[in-house]
Amino acid sequence: MSQKRTERLNFIKRFCKNKLAVIGLVLLVLITVTVLVVPPLLPYDEAEIDVVAFSAAPSAQHLLGTDTTGRDVLARLLYGGRVSLFVGVVSTLISVVIGIPLGLLAAFYRGWFETLVMRATDIFMTIPSTILILFLVSMFGPSIVTVTVVIGVLGWTKFARQIYGTVLSVREKDYIEGGKAIGQRDSVIITRYILPNAIAPIFISITFRIASAIILESSLSFLGLGVQMPAASWGNMLYNAQSISILKSCQWMWLPPGLALMVTILSINFVGNGLRDALDPKTSIR
Amino acid sequence: MKKYILKRLLIAIPTFLGITLLVFALCYNASGSPLELLLSDPNISEVEVARRAEELGLNEPFHIQYISWMKNFLGGNLGYSYRTGGAVMDMLMEALWPTVLLTLSAVLVACLISFPLGVQSARHQNGIWDTISSVFSFLSTSTPSFFLGLVFLSIFSVQMGLLPIGGMYDTGKAETLSSLLRHLFMPACVLGSTMVGSLIQYIRSSMLEVMREDYVRTARSKGLKERIVVTKHILRNSLIPVVTYLGMEIPLLMGGAVVTEQVFSWPGLGNLMLKSISSRDYPVIMGVTIITAVAVLVFNLLTDLVYGVLDPRIRHN
Repeated sequence: MSQKRTERLNFIKRFCKNKLAVIGLVLLVLITVTVLVVPPLLPYDEAEIDVVAFSAAPSAQHLLGTDTTGRDVLARLLYGGRVSLFVGVVSTLISVVIGIPLGLLAAFYRGWFETLVMRATDIFMTIPSTILILFLVSMFGPSIVTVTVVIGVLGWTKFARQIYGTVLSVREKDYIEGGKAIGQRDSVIITRYILPNAIAPIFISITFRIASAIILESSLSFLGLGVQMPAASWGNMLYNAQSISILKSCQWMWLPPGLALMVTILSINFVGNGLRDALDPKTSIR
Repeated sequence: MKKYILKRLLIAIPTFLGITLLVFALCYNASGSPLELLLSDPNISEVEVARRAEELGLNEPFHIQYISWMKNFLGGNLGYSYRTGGAVMDMLMEALWPTVLLTLSAVLVACLISFPLGVQSARHQNGIWDTISSVFSFLSTSTPSFFLGLVFLSIFSVQMGLLPIGGMYDTGKAETLSSLLRHLFMPACVLGSTMVGSLIQYIRSSMLEVMREDYVRTARSKGLKERIVVTKHILRNSLIPVVTYLGMEIPLLMGGAVVTEQVFSWPGLGNLMLKSISSRDYPVIMGVTIITAVAVLVFNLLTDLVYGVLDPRIRHN
């Protein structure tokens, strides 16, 4: 037990040495707390229309101005942040819940199940995911729920492939053999012997997948097929910016959500890189 | 080499069948759509609708419908668009070329940026180039392409007036190469930038690995010029994982092209897909999904071939 603790302490120490990772983590916490706590304190909500201020520039009344229908950009930015983080985290959880068991069982039992799962990952990875997501969203109708579920379900391949590779490499190890020899059940071998050795790299992938799920959601919303107005999302705030006049003279409408997206994803990537370096200094890129 | 190509082709076939089956199954369950259109027309009786369903083979069981659809597909017939009435295959072929052009240009742009940066940062670890390529990597992986596209549009088209805001050619003018290139420049840069980050990292780490090899030391001790050692010995051998990575990235790029095409109104498959989605034009939606998957399969085959050329060990095994 004490050895485990020192390992964990070392891990935290290595993570903290990486300045970018720490900055990323701090920013992420700040962003999360802000979008969760601040919105109820604002004078406007995301859908409220100020009839005397269409496309108004930033002022004391609307700190980041209003959009073309007179909705407060700051309020939309913060409510939109909630949506982005929600979709990112929940859809990634869905991917993990589907991908991990499939990949794990495929590598553990092999045989026809392995062939089935691995062929399925081939097929899913050959259809460009954005196209497949669009295809599914067009069938089920765009909404936060559809977007989350579809992004989540289609994210399973990466996790399945990853755990499959790791389990294949540990399943022949002596301690697994030992576990089998003393008559442990398969479920015990999987959860006690295999998972603890395979789980760490999964955490890194989870971090990066959250970032790409957020990008996917915002791209869909940007195309008008994700989160629907009047609900806000960083992507659908940019949907309205696709006009020359807004690009030219209404920067407050499209720069804030774009920058918010960039900073959030950058922070997640910093944290992911930090985790990877701290976990295995050998494979670290930087 | 022939055997190697054949083997690759054979592996692609089940994947192709799986893709068509998946897409067909999804559409089959969503279907009824051609009939829905008829049902909403008050002039057409239910008997007539039932007759039409019979005629279109919509009452047949799933596998019969799939086989007849597949037969049509292999004969180059993907049905007709609900929206325009045109043949889906013709629409796809018209939109395929712009998307392929855009994707390949994006790969070219990404390589032009990533190779110098990756090579330099591997040669001078922790130097200024290393920092620059690190910044590039993070920015590239963290900027959604539609935002970068809007920033580019805002700077180069709206504020400076240097480049056209969208389309493939100037409307109403001759379709010249220079006009095409001017229109292609921004979308290719935006789409290419999405892969720059990971490409730099792949090149860098692959170079670092090869640089430790004995034959590199031998080459240097033979007194070969540094330029020759870097290009002939290190770079060539570090290309193999990089090519694999490029191959894996193609599906992402084709998907990313949808967003980029929308920002720059590029008349490709993504544009066609979005138009079809808003009008619930299922035959076209299905067609785009399958054609992009086929394009990815073809690109993967090509990468496998390049792979075989680069590494003799692979084609002989």
